Amino acid sequence: MPLYAVLTGLILGGVIMAIAKYNPFAAYAALFSGAFGSPTAIGNTLAGAVPLILAGLGIAVAFRTGLFNIGAEGQYWVGAMAAVWVGYHFPTMPWIVHVPLALGAAMLAGGIWGGVIPGLAKAFVGAHEVITTMMMSYIAILIAHFMVENGPMMAPGYVPQSPTVAASATLPPILPTVFLNSNLSDAFFIAVAAIVVVHIVLFHTTLGYKLRAVGFNARAARYAGMNVPLYTVLALGVSGVLAGLAGGVQLLGVDFQLTDTFQSGYGYTAIVVALLARNNPIGIFFASVFFAALSAGSQIMQINAGVSANMTDVITGIIIFFVATDRLYGYWSQKMRPHRPSSTAAIISGKGESPQ
Amino acid sequence: MNFWVQIFANPELYAATLAMATPIALAAVGGTFSERTGVVNIAMEGIMLVGAFFGVMVAAATHSAWLGMFGGVIAGGLMALALAWPAIRLQSDQVIVGMALNVFAGGLTAFLLNTVYGYNGTPTSTPSLPIVTLPWISHIPFIGQVIGQHDVVVYLMFLFVILAHFTLFHTNLGLRMRAVGEHPEAAETVGISVVKIRYLGVTIGGMLSGLAGVYLSLGMLSSFEVNMTNGRGFIALAAMIFGKWTPFGAFGAALLFGFATALSIALQGSGVSANLVGILPYALTIIALTGLIGRSRPPAADGLPYVATK
Repeated sequence: MPLYAVLTGLILGGVIMAIAKYNPFAAYAALFSGAFGSPTAIGNTLAGAVPLILAGLGIAVAFRTGLFNIGAEGQYWVGAMAAVWVGYHFPTMPWIVHVPLALGAAMLAGGIWGGVIPGLAKAFVGAHEVITTMMMSYIAILIAHFMVENGPMMAPGYVPQSPTVAASATLPPILPTVFLNSNLSDAFFIAVAAIVVVHIVLFHTTLGYKLRAVGFNARAARYAGMNVPLYTVLALGVSGVLAGLAGGVQLLGVDFQLTDTFQSGYGYTAIVVALLARNNPIGIFFASVFFAALSAGSQIMQINAGVSANMTDVITGIIIFFVATDRLYGYWSQKMRPHRPSSTAAIISGKGESPQ
Repeated sequence: MNFWVQIFANPELYAATLAMATPIALAAVGGTFSERTGVVNIAMEGIMLVGAFFGVMVAAATHSAWLGMFGGVIAGGLMALALAWPAIRLQSDQVIVGMALNVFAGGLTAFLLNTVYGYNGTPTSTPSLPIVTLPWISHIPFIGQVIGQHDVVVYLMFLFVILAHFTLFHTNLGLRMRAVGEHPEAAETVGISVVKIRYLGVTIGGMLSGLAGVYLSLGMLSSFEVNMTNGRGFIALAAMIFGKWTPFGAFGAALLFGFATALSIALQGSGVSANLVGILPYALTIIALTGLIGRSRPPAADGLPYVATK
C-alpha cells in the first residue's frame, strides 16, 4: 500500500509537471542523478537520511503507543543545542568520552523536551500531545534563536552563530576517499544501530509489548493492569530522545555549529517517514532514504530540468494524502456495485444516497 | 521603567496587535466551525497559503483586489474539500490528511510562484485591499488610533467573529452543527445529515482560513511570498483550543498571540530579547491546556470518523 502511494505521488507529480509544460521524465532523471548519480551524491543522500531515520524512529515509537509527536523538530533543536554546548565546552576531552557525552546530552535534552512536559501533561491531565509537542517545538526554536542572537551561546563577534565544536567531539566521515566531500559520517552507523535497537525493543521485549498494547487499546491495557500514564510518558520521552539524538549527530557530523537558520525540516519530514513506513523500523530506513533522495535530488532537478525544487513537496503531500486515504480503493469498488441498500438515516433525511 | 511605560502606552502597539491577530482569529474561527462539526482541521496553515496565493493570482490577473479576495476564499473552500472528502467519506485519519495538505500546499504555492511568475515574484502592479478609516471613531484619542484605521479585512474579521458566534449558538443550523460534533449517531437519528453538516462545517472553515491567507497577501502586502503564513495556521489551531472551540474564545486567544507578536516587534533593537517574549503565547497555550486556566474540552466526536449504522 505505501508503494502504491509513492507511485501515485510520482505519477501525479509528473502530470502536474507536464501541465506546467515541463518534461517529467527529464525532471525525474535529473532528480535521480542528483540523489544517486555519483559516490558523493550517494553519500549525501545517505547522510540526509540519518536525521530522518532517528527522528522517524522516535515518531514511530510514539505512534505505536497511540501518540502523535508532532514536535520532533523542536526536540531536534534542543538536542542540537545540547550537543553543540558540550561539543565546544570541553576541548581537551578525549574523543571516546566527548562524543558520547555530547550525544548523551542531546538525547537527554530531547527526552526532557518531549517526555516531561507533553508526556506528563498527556498522562495526568489529558492535554493533547499534538498541541503540547507543537508548542514546545516553537519554544525550542525561539530558545535556539535566543542562544545565538546575542545569547549565551553566541560566538564572539557579530555573526549570530555558536562556536564550532571541538575536533574531539566530531563524528568522523565514512570512507572519505570513496564518498568524496560528502556529508556521510559515523552518524550513519548510529542510525542503523538505532533501527536495530528500536526493532528489538518494540517487538521482542515486554516493554515494547506494553507500549504497543497501550497504543492498540489504552482502556484494555489499563484493565490488564498496565500503568498507562507511565508508558505514555515513556513513549513520548523515548520519542524525544531519538529526535534529540538526530539533532546531536547532525551537529557533530555535518554542521558543527549552530547558525541562525532554525529550519531543518527534519522533524516534519520524519513524520512523513514514519507514516509511509507504517511505523516499521526497517521500513523507516527505506522511507528515510527515499525522502532524503527527493530532497538531495530536487536541487539538481531545479538546475538541470528547470523544475522548481518545491515540486518534491507537492509529491510528498500527494504521497501522504494517499497513505491516509488507503480506503480509496475499497470506496471506488463499492461505488461500482449497482444497488446499495440505503441506510435508515438516509431515508429519514430524505436522501437516497447512504453516507458510506 | 520609563521604557516599559513608553512601550505599553503607545497605541500603535495595540493597533498592531489587532492587525496581527486578524489572520489568526479568522483561521481559528474557521477551525472552530470544522471541529464543532467533528472534523479535526490541522490544515489551516496549508489552506491559508493556498488562499494567499490564489488571492494574489486572481487580483493580479483582474487588477481587482476584491476579486482576488473572492478567489482566495473560494480556493480555501476547495482546499478544505480535499480534507472533508477523505475525512467524511473514507474515514481517513484527519490529522494525517491535514498534514498531507499542509505539505502539499506549501510545495504547490512555491512551485506555482516559481513557475507562473519566475524569480521576480508576483507582479508589483498587484492591487491590495483598501484601508478603511472609521468616520467618528478614528477621531477619539487613543481608541481611535487603535481601532479607527485598519485594512478592510480587520473589520470583516470582527463581523465574522460575531456572525460565527451567532450562527453556532443562536441558530438551528448551529445547534445541528454542535449536535453532529458531539454525538453524530443521535443527530442522525433525529434526521440531521451528518455528512452534509460536516461538509458545510469544513468548507466554511476553509473559506475563513482562505480569507485569513488573503489578508496576509493582499491586506498586509500586495504580493505572495513562499511560506508567508509562517506557522500562523498552527497558532490558529492553538488559539482555537485555547478559546475552547468558541468564536469569542478564539478571538481572545488570537488577540493574545497578536499582542505577543506586536510586542516582540516593538521590542526589536531595545535589548530585550524578542525571542524570549515570543515564547509567551506558546507557554500560555500549554498552561491553558494543562488545565491551570480551566480545562478545554473538544467536541466529543471531534476527529472520529462517522459510519452510519445500517
